[in-house]
Amino acid sequence: MKRKITAAALALALAGAAAACGDGGGDADAAAQARGAITVWLSNNKEEVAWGKQMVAAWNSAHPDQKVTAQEIPTGKSSEEVIGAAITAGNAPCLIFNTSPASVSQFQKQGGLVALDSFSDGKQYVEDRTGKTAEQYKSTDGKYYQLPWKDNPVMIFYNKKAFAKAGIDTAKPPLATYDEFLATSRKLVAAKAAKAAIYPAPSNEFYQSWFDFYPLFAAETGGKQLVEDGKSQFASDEGKKVANFWRTMYAEKLAPQEKYTGDAFVDGTAAMAVVGPWAIATYKGKVEWGAVPVPTSAGKPASETFTFSDAKNVAMYSACKNRGTAWDVLKFATSKEQDGMLLEGTGQMPLRNDVAGTYPEYFTKNPDYKSFADQAARTVEVPNVANSIEIWQTFRDAYSKSVIFGQQDPGAALDGAAQKVDQLTAQP
Amino acid sequence: MNRRPATVPKPARRARPAAGRRREALRAVMGTVLGKQPIGSAFVAPYLVFLAAIFAYPLAFAVYMSFHDYFFTAPGAIVDRPFVGFDNYVTVLSDPAVRRSFLNVGIFLLINVPLTVVLSLGLANALNAAIRWRTFFRVSYYVPYVTASVAVVGVWLFLFNENGLVNTVLGPLAPSPSWLVNSKLAMPTIAIYVTWKQLGFFILLYLAALQNVSKDLYEAASMDGAGRIKSFWNVTVPGVRPATILVVLLATVTGANLFTEPYLLTGGGGPNGASASPVLVMYQKGIEQGNPDLGSAIGVLLVIGVLILALIERLFVGKDD
Repeated sequence: MKRKITAAALALALAGAAAACGDGGGDADAAAQARGAITVWLSNNKEEVAWGKQMVAAWNSAHPDQKVTAQEIPTGKSSEEVIGAAITAGNAPCLIFNTSPASVSQFQKQGGLVALDSFSDGKQYVEDRTGKTAEQYKSTDGKYYQLPWKDNPVMIFYNKKAFAKAGIDTAKPPLATYDEFLATSRKLVAAKAAKAAIYPAPSNEFYQSWFDFYPLFAAETGGKQLVEDGKSQFASDEGKKVANFWRTMYAEKLAPQEKYTGDAFVDGTAAMAVVGPWAIATYKGKVEWGAVPVPTSAGKPASETFTFSDAKNVAMYSACKNRGTAWDVLKFATSKEQDGMLLEGTGQMPLRNDVAGTYPEYFTKNPDYKSFADQAARTVEVPNVANSIEIWQTFRDAYSKSVIFGQQDPGAALDGAAQKVDQLTAQP
Repeated sequence: MNRRPATVPKPARRARPAAGRRREALRAVMGTVLGKQPIGSAFVAPYLVFLAAIFAYPLAFAVYMSFHDYFFTAPGAIVDRPFVGFDNYVTVLSDPAVRRSFLNVGIFLLINVPLTVVLSLGLANALNAAIRWRTFFRVSYYVPYVTASVAVVGVWLFLFNENGLVNTVLGPLAPSPSWLVNSKLAMPTIAIYVTWKQLGFFILLYLAALQNVSKDLYEAASMDGAGRIKSFWNVTVPGVRPATILVVLLATVTGANLFTEPYLLTGGGGPNGASASPVLVMYQKGIEQGNPDLGSAIGVLLVIGVLILALIERLFVGKDD
């Protein structure tokens, strides 16, 4: 009798656990159809919050029985930390319109995400909207756990006043090759047009390499990711060229080694910045700027230059009960109309096929953004692999030691990091 | 002789009703568990529950995680979390970044703890005397302690950056590379910053302790011909020894938990990990990189280290107290 009770209790517990588990079985199918109220989280960016509010209002007025409640991501050291905690606590919202692609593998491992392929039109929708770029956002199991939403193709912004002060052409500044970039930087600093030619954050956070090494690596390699097919790519000749370029910038004090509090480009401390179009709104009225693609050793034409995407995506979280509504909201929020409003309100590029051709009026009205729309067709995402953050931290440690602080030969540092990264990539 | 005959009480005990015996037994058990003053236990209970929930349970859970292949999952997700013995400890101890962080915090404590004791005792002694602007000084020392680290760190960044006030004053004597990006100076700079920031709190502890040092002792020392310095060494220092133990232990514990300063002041433990603390590395591995098992192993090692250090300090500073 006692054995029977134990077996029954165990069966009940297992059944309960299986039912609670995010993605499998009949309950997952039922959840995919379920409709009702849902909650979504938005980033803290002022312009995105405004877009999110209008999107939610538009949805709610058309679907009063499936009310969406939006709020900003709760404050924490980082959005990813907050989302990770919410997944563990089981109180993540249905959708987060600020999911970092670098964290997707971790959230997936946690059982925190819903594969969009679980919806009958899920895969089709993602690939139709984003085109072949969507491939970069597939997880290692071949499924989409994120919808590629919008990107901020990183380019070199330059301060026209500082360039003019140093006697450099402000319409077509010589910044295409490494040699040109170095010569321009030397001129800027020598002419005291700015204290630093450029000021990428020299701190050790794992994501800082996205704004110094990675855009140039993407450009130099013609669109390679840091890790491809389970192997690191950055210790190649191209990667070492990029590392040596930045080493020269730091060694000649054209880029400072110290952390800067504030925006060095807005403050005039730096004459250039590596950043995406989201920053244009913050430069308005403060800096007279221009933008060019990131440099390559041989000076590739803009039409062949790749860069880092700095994308933020939308993911559906497994705590979501009404996934049918969540999927509909996701499609509504990434429709042509809402993407247009996002572009209008934030200047960020929706991750959809041919942005420039889809919204021609916007780019006629806002010619400053046209080059970013062109660049959006050639972006490289962070690799969607297991241990992604650890891989980036390993890379950053080696880069920081060798390139920023010059305590090791950059080539040797990249070789050492590549070995560690290959081991991490091989781990589950 | 007041010896009782052994036979007398037996009949009376046998006659006692069963309910009474049970009540007495219950009282004995309650007495053993709750002590002679059960009301005291009632007053202590909320804090005990707090300690159990906020400290004991997480600590025990951290120890559990450190011996398993553990990662955080969504509720209901079925994952294998096998027992891995000391694997996590081996992994973290063979990681140069972790070893470096422990060395860094050792350097930090070596500078911070003695400096805290000496400065806070010295300043508390000065502030205890009848000096002008005493209240102003007391408040001045306390302000950094109650100000948010983020704000104060901003000020220090301006002071200690390459073109900051400190280097401007030092001129050619300014270190190169500058303070916060110099592998040899980054940790000492953080130690000095933390000492300055926490000083107000420790001065307050010493000020309270100084009120308990009897004036008679100073008079007696004075009559014996002791000057100010001798009085300080022979009356003040022994008189505040319990406070010194407290200051040393608190400075050690808070110092070992160093996180905010390397996170903000040196951009995540830079340069090249020279100012990374174990708690910062724990955060990176446990939270950012999703390896709470490794983070817990670092945490357990840190707890053991702090306990050993506290015992040693107790032996040297505390002795009879």
